[in-house]
Amino acid sequence: MTTINPKKAAPYSVQGSLRKKIWNSKTLILMCVPAIIYFIAFSYAPLPGIYVAFVNYNYRKGIFGSPFVGLKNFEFVANSGKLWMLTKNTILFNLAFIVLDNLLAVVVAILLKEIQSKAFRKVSQTMMFLPYFISQVLVGLLVYSLLNSDTGYLNVVRGALGLEPLKLYKTGDPWPLIIILVHLWQKTGYNSVVYFAAIMGIDAAVIEASMIDGANAWQKIRYIILPSLKPTIVILLLFALGGIVKGDFGLFWNLVGRNPILYQKVDIIEMFVYRATISDFNFSTASAVGLYQSLIGFIMVITVNAVVKKIEPDYSLF
Amino acid sequence: MAKKQDDMLDSVSKVKLTGSDYVIRGIGYVFICLFAIASIFPFLIILGTSFETEENIIAKGVTLIPRNFTTAAYDLVIKGGTIWASYGLTIVLTVTGTLIGLFICSMTGYALQRRDFPFRNGISFFVYFTSLFQAGLAPYYLLMTQGYHLNNSYWAVLLPLMVSSWLIILMKNFAKSVPHELTESGKIDGAGDFKIFVSIVLPMLKPGLATVGLFLALGYWNEWYQSSLFLQNMTVLPLQYRLYKIVNEASSLKNSVASQYVDVSNLPSESLKMATAMMTTGPIIFLYPFVQRYFIGGITVGAVKG
Repeated sequence: MTTINPKKAAPYSVQGSLRKKIWNSKTLILMCVPAIIYFIAFSYAPLPGIYVAFVNYNYRKGIFGSPFVGLKNFEFVANSGKLWMLTKNTILFNLAFIVLDNLLAVVVAILLKEIQSKAFRKVSQTMMFLPYFISQVLVGLLVYSLLNSDTGYLNVVRGALGLEPLKLYKTGDPWPLIIILVHLWQKTGYNSVVYFAAIMGIDAAVIEASMIDGANAWQKIRYIILPSLKPTIVILLLFALGGIVKGDFGLFWNLVGRNPILYQKVDIIEMFVYRATISDFNFSTASAVGLYQSLIGFIMVITVNAVVKKIEPDYSLF
Repeated sequence: MAKKQDDMLDSVSKVKLTGSDYVIRGIGYVFICLFAIASIFPFLIILGTSFETEENIIAKGVTLIPRNFTTAAYDLVIKGGTIWASYGLTIVLTVTGTLIGLFICSMTGYALQRRDFPFRNGISFFVYFTSLFQAGLAPYYLLMTQGYHLNNSYWAVLLPLMVSSWLIILMKNFAKSVPHELTESGKIDGAGDFKIFVSIVLPMLKPGLATVGLFLALGYWNEWYQSSLFLQNMTVLPLQYRLYKIVNEASSLKNSVASQYVDVSNLPSESLKMATAMMTTGPIIFLYPFVQRYFIGGITVGAVKG
C-alpha cells in the first residue's frame, strides 16, 4: 500500500497524443458513454427543435418544413402583454418564495436547536419532513380538502362557528397568498435541514464562552448563530436567484392549473407553456416563450455563478 | 456526526441559562410543535375522511374522525381491480428505473471524479450544461412524440426520470469520499478500471447509492408529470397519475371502478378521492421515516456544493 509504483499508479499521462489519452482511458470513457448517450437523446436532441419558435408550425410539414416567420411568435406574446404578465408573476412569486423560504427555514432551524429533548426533536423533524415526500398531485387534493366551499375543513369549522362559507375556488384574489403558504408548508422541513446542519456545525465552545460572558439568547442568535449562517444564506439566496424565472410548475398546476378563474391571477411561464403545448398544440408560441425563459435563466445562472466565484470561489458551480 | 451534535447540546446545557434562554426555548417548543402538527394535519383529514360515508361528507364536510366508520370507499377502489395493475406498473417502473439510473449515475460519477481521467472536465461540462440550458417543453414534447414515437408508451415515463446532471454530481461528490488509494491499489493488483469500480469502489459507495437510489425511487413513485404529457390514453396508469385523473376529471372516476359493481351515476366521488390518495401514498408515509436520513445526507452534500 505504501510503495506505489509511479509507472503503474499513473498510467494516464497528461502529456501524449490525444489518441494515446483516449486509448489509455478507454474504460473510463466507456463508463461515461451510457450517460453521454442519455443526455444526447433527452437533453441535446431537443435543442434543434427550438427552431419551432421561429416558424408557423404545421403538423404535416414538420418543424423544419414549416414556413419561417422570424420573431413573429415572440412579438405576438410580447405585444399581447402576456409575456410581461407571465414574467412578472413568475419573478414575484419566486422572490416571495426565496425570501420567506429562507427566513422561515432559518427560524425553524434556530428553534429546533433550542429543543433539548432528542425524541421531541426527532419526531417533530420527521413530521415536518413529510410534505417533502408526497407528490404535488396529493398536495392539490390536500388543499382542496381544506379549502373547497362545499366539504372543505375551513368551511366546516366556519360553519361550526356560525360563519358564512368562503368560496375560495370561485375567486382568484386569495390564491397568491394560498400558494405562498402551501409552498412554505411543503418546503420548510426540507429547507431547514441545511441550516440546521450549519448551526450544529458551530463550535460549541464559542457558544459556551459567550454564555459565560453573559450573552442572553437574543445576543447569541444575533452575534453568533446568524453570522455563522451568513455564508450559507448568501450562497443559497444567490443560487435561488439563478432560478428566478423557473416556476414551481407542479405546485401551481395542481392547485389552480385546471381552473381559469384562479390561474388568471397567478399564471406563471410554465403553466402557459404547458397549456399551449398540451391543450392548444400551439407549439410555436409555447417554444417562443420557453426559449425566452431558457435564455433569461441561462444568463441569470451565469451571472450568479460569476458573483459566487468572486465572494466564495469554493462554492461556484463551474 | 449525530453523536457530536448531541454532545454539543449537552455541553451547552451545562452552562447557566438566562431568562431569555428559557423564553426562546419555550417559543421553540410551541412553534415547532405547532408546525409539526400543521405538517401532518391535512393527511389526518384525508385519512379520517377516507373512512367516512359519502352522505356524511356531502352533508357535513370532511372530518378528522369518521362519524360513521366505513371502508366502503376502499372496497370500491379495490373491487375495481385496476388499482393493483397500477401498483404493479409503478413498482416495475420504480425498481427498473432506479436500478438502471443508479448504475449509470454511479459509473459516471465515479469516472468524473478520477483525477487521472483526462476528459473529466469536458464530460463534466457536457453533463452540467444540460441543467444550464434546456430546449423547453414544446421541442421536447415534439421530439418524444414525433421523433421517438413514445406517445402512449411507458418508456416515456421510465426514461426521462432515469438520469439527471444533479444526481450525477451528487454521486460524484459521494465518490470523492472513497479514498483514491483504493483505486491505486486496485491498479497495482492489475485490475481494470471497470473491475476496480465494481469490486472496490461500489461496496464503499453504499451511502451514495442509498441516497441517489432513494431520490430516484421517490421521483418514480411520485411521477405524474411525464404521464400527463404522454400517457393520456392508457388504461393502466402509474399511481400518482391515476390519483391526478381521479382528482381532476370526473369522467375518470367512472373508469376507475368496475361499473358492474355500482351505479356510476351516483358514485361516491369525494370518499373515493380520499381512499385513492391514501392507497397511492400509503407506502411512502410508512417508509419515509426510516429512510429520511439518506435524503438529509443528500441535501447537505448536494445543496450547497455544486
